Amino acid sequence: MQLNREELLQSYRTMCTIREFEERVHSEFSEGGIPGFVHLYAGEEASAVGVCSHLDDRDNIASTHRGHGHCIAKGCDVNGMMAEIFGRGDGLCGGKGGSMHIADLSKGMMGANGIVGGGPPLICGAALTAKTLKTGGVAVAFVGDGASNQGTTLESYNLAKVWNLPAIFVVEDNGYAESTASVWAVAGDQSKRAAAFGMPSYELDGNDFFAIHQAAGEAVERARGGGGPSLIHVKLTRYFGHFEGDAMTYRQAGEIEVARRERDPLRFFRQRVTEAGVLEAHQLDEIESEVKRLIDQSVVLSKAAPPPTPERLLTDVYVSY
Amino acid sequence: MSNEIKALTMPKWGLAMTEGAVTSWLVEDGADLREGDEILEIETTKITNVYESPASGVLRRRTVEAGQTVPVGALLGVVADRSVPETEIDAFIARFQEEFAVEAAEAADAAGPEPQFADAGGRRLRYLVMGEGRGGEGAAPLVLIHGFGGDLNNWQFNQPALAEDRAVYALDLPGHGESTKHGVQGGVAELAEAVGDFLNATGIQRAHLAGHSMGGAVALHLASDEPARVVSVTLVCSAGLGEEINADYIEGFIAADRRKEFKPVLEMLFADPSLVSRDMIEELLKYKRLDGVGQALRAIADAAFAGGRQAKVFANDLDRIKVPVQAIWGADDRIVPAAHATAIPEPHRHVLGGAGHMVHMEKAGEVNRLISDFLTVR
Amino acid sequence: MSKKSYRQAINEALAQEMRRDPTVIVMGEDNAGGMGAPGDDDAWGGVLGVTKGLMPEFGRDRVLDTPITESAFIGAAVGAAATGLRPVAELMFVDFLGVCFDQIFNQAAKFRYMFGGKAVTPVVIRTMYGAGFRAASQHSQCLYPIFTHIPGLKVVVPSSAYEAKGLLIQSIRDNDPVIFLEHKVLYDEIEEVPDEPYTIPFGEANLTREGDHVTIVALGRMVGFANRAADALQKEGITCTVVDPRTTSPLDEDTIIESVENTGRLVVVDEASPRCGMAADISALVAQNAFKALKAPIRMVTPPHTPVPFAPQLEDAYIPTPEKIADAVRHVMA
Repeated sequence: MQLNREELLQSYRTMCTIREFEERVHSEFSEGGIPGFVHLYAGEEASAVGVCSHLDDRDNIASTHRGHGHCIAKGCDVNGMMAEIFGRGDGLCGGKGGSMHIADLSKGMMGANGIVGGGPPLICGAALTAKTLKTGGVAVAFVGDGASNQGTTLESYNLAKVWNLPAIFVVEDNGYAESTASVWAVAGDQSKRAAAFGMPSYELDGNDFFAIHQAAGEAVERARGGGGPSLIHVKLTRYFGHFEGDAMTYRQAGEIEVARRERDPLRFFRQRVTEAGVLEAHQLDEIESEVKRLIDQSVVLSKAAPPPTPERLLTDVYVSY
Repeated sequence: MSNEIKALTMPKWGLAMTEGAVTSWLVEDGADLREGDEILEIETTKITNVYESPASGVLRRRTVEAGQTVPVGALLGVVADRSVPETEIDAFIARFQEEFAVEAAEAADAAGPEPQFADAGGRRLRYLVMGEGRGGEGAAPLVLIHGFGGDLNNWQFNQPALAEDRAVYALDLPGHGESTKHGVQGGVAELAEAVGDFLNATGIQRAHLAGHSMGGAVALHLASDEPARVVSVTLVCSAGLGEEINADYIEGFIAADRRKEFKPVLEMLFADPSLVSRDMIEELLKYKRLDGVGQALRAIADAAFAGGRQAKVFANDLDRIKVPVQAIWGADDRIVPAAHATAIPEPHRHVLGGAGHMVHMEKAGEVNRLISDFLTVR
Repeated sequence: MSKKSYRQAINEALAQEMRRDPTVIVMGEDNAGGMGAPGDDDAWGGVLGVTKGLMPEFGRDRVLDTPITESAFIGAAVGAAATGLRPVAELMFVDFLGVCFDQIFNQAAKFRYMFGGKAVTPVVIRTMYGAGFRAASQHSQCLYPIFTHIPGLKVVVPSSAYEAKGLLIQSIRDNDPVIFLEHKVLYDEIEEVPDEPYTIPFGEANLTREGDHVTIVALGRMVGFANRAADALQKEGITCTVVDPRTTSPLDEDTIIESVENTGRLVVVDEASPRCGMAADISALVAQNAFKALKAPIRMVTPPHTPVPFAPQLEDAYIPTPEKIADAVRHVMA
């Protein structure tokens, strides 16, 4: 599954967008402009982009509380997302969802989810729709290592296999469920769990965009071809706390710095494509500056935008009531 | 002088009636009765109406009290000449009650004629037939055509009585009752075509037609198009004789989806609004909830009654319709003005006091007699 | 028009909607039955036979048997609804809510609001409820107040076969998540039901009796009990209006309030547990909006605040009866 220059540039652009978005949310949050709480995806970009670059409008994803990266990778509008996180009336969800509930069903993004393990059953449904209506679509659930222990996730593995659904489960294992280590909380291992349900699986370095892209391509092709569900287990590092404000006292000193320095997915990508001579460093630099301008602009717009009008409190509960 | 003893029994008004409550006696024991005299009031869950004596003679015995509820067919009283001894009356009553108990047990399930369905030119139409005869041999059958929003049950007080002389068919027009709801374009012509197809489907060569309200316009249309198939036309508070029609009623009928909104609309139909019972409203709401009814009624209203004006008026073409026509109207009709009756010359014009648009329900006995007399001489 | 049982009415509603709309599917444990087993296809049609006959007509692609995995398949129904199907999922007994509630109240109910009005989730969850089957504490509850509590859900409690068919078709066509609660004791109750499809709108109460002295509000199976009580009381000269709200969300508040304004007395009958139930909710509604019309304190007729017991004698004592309803009416008349 060779990527052409355009695709490589696009993938890098999307990963950079996620990184820049999260870094900015981090700094804006610390300045007090963002209400509530946010969970940042920085460090995990290769997973969202590696998987979603295979998807199109037929396809649906369900995300997690750490959902900004999946939203961006599936094509949600960045200005709308930023405005949503700031709680603005023109946010992607009108300021009624916030960071944890960003969704855009028109883009096949079924929502970040405040409930750990909320997504897998939902994508079984999206996959069932695709199968029933023969759209050729697939559905992907991103879950964390924490959600991998939820009954909903394991039940969904079973249902997806029993119904032979075009479903893909991506376990993003960043080592911690909140403050609890996955090495302690997850019995057995993710691939063997997949094997127990009769699903093909992949164990991947979450910093290696190309490995994830390759595996996801196979899983998507299998699903579209009626070959049923797959599981992709990616190990990665989150660069920030569980939520913003997490002092991360459960982590090893220097853990994040080492990861940023030695295993960063963007750096890894840049190194691979420039060493192979496929892309020039200045092309990537240009993307980074463009992305920075884009995110700057989204923050400026969001800060200037008005909050939702009071009557919006009562709207959108039902289609009709 | 006769020794015959005649039973007065609880009538069956409409398909769903299984019992009725005697609300009051209008005559005393021993009263001299003529056939057609109003003798008691009966209330069903749907409507209250008067019961007319089916026979002449003396009311020898009343076997139910006011306030009592009894099943259809139960003995209400006994009519006989004065010469018939009390002992025979007693014996008659005893025998009737004994047999009725047995029959009631047997007939609990098989209750009277059941509606059927005909495929009329691709439309599924429900109809109910009572009485015998198919035209040609003996009396031509009578076909009863209800009005806008109605159904064959509108003739519940008429069909059994009229069926004593001939076969009487009551049908549900397209978009109504349990007939096809889909594909109704509206327009009296389409409905008349459906009735023509219905006659074909049921093998009726020639028929008397009686149409209520919009059903009258349908009858006129058919008589005008195919006079050879129509023996006579009876118009009951009919459309088709003038432009005016109560748009508030038509629009209110279409719009109402709650009992509270519907009641005042239906009250326009009767001179005595208390006749609108909760069951009547409920039945109509049930009808209006069926898939396709809203669209069908809308289409018919738009095609036939747009802006409170009847689209098709036959008043000036009546001489071209070579079929005898009579008109019966309730003087207090608030849907189609009774003045429209003047389009029909005397002596075939009858405007009855104390009745509204549903004159065939409110003055059933009189209407039945007028129809019966009109048909008998044809 | 023909006589149909509550079960047949529901089955007919499902079949007619599946014929009309190819995006309607049904799913649930044993909904066809016999999946993967050596015996008959369509062996069960759900545990009480409500969906029987659908699989032979519509095939396994539209009548899906599921493993016993309520979280996954109720969630799948929700996800399928959000992406273009109109699934009717059967949660066998409402008591099993405990293993799938998240997918109903955190997911289905909230999508539209959380996502700023952009989600449409036309899922129907059919589920059996109610006591009277000697089925004990985990198969007999009336949990509709719990659903009613959740903004974003519509909650339907049909009281008869006619009501069940029209309300289920409305539920399937409705664009919001609907919980459709079927009382297991009513399945064999028969009445006239039109053969054609029809809809009964939500939020419009039905008055099954009209009287002057007392308003009885009752739900589901209790509507029939309230009617019996009203008929018995009529012989004593007490006439009652019986209000069947049909749906607890939306609730036809106006009809209830108007009726109490006319009668001045309210008895609320609810088979659900008394605390935070519909009886309490409706009592509060009337107390807040029609207090001045009340001629007597409101009476609630509910089971005691206990789980549903098993022994027939205990269960019979648990369930409200027409006699208890009539007693409550006499009490407010005294």
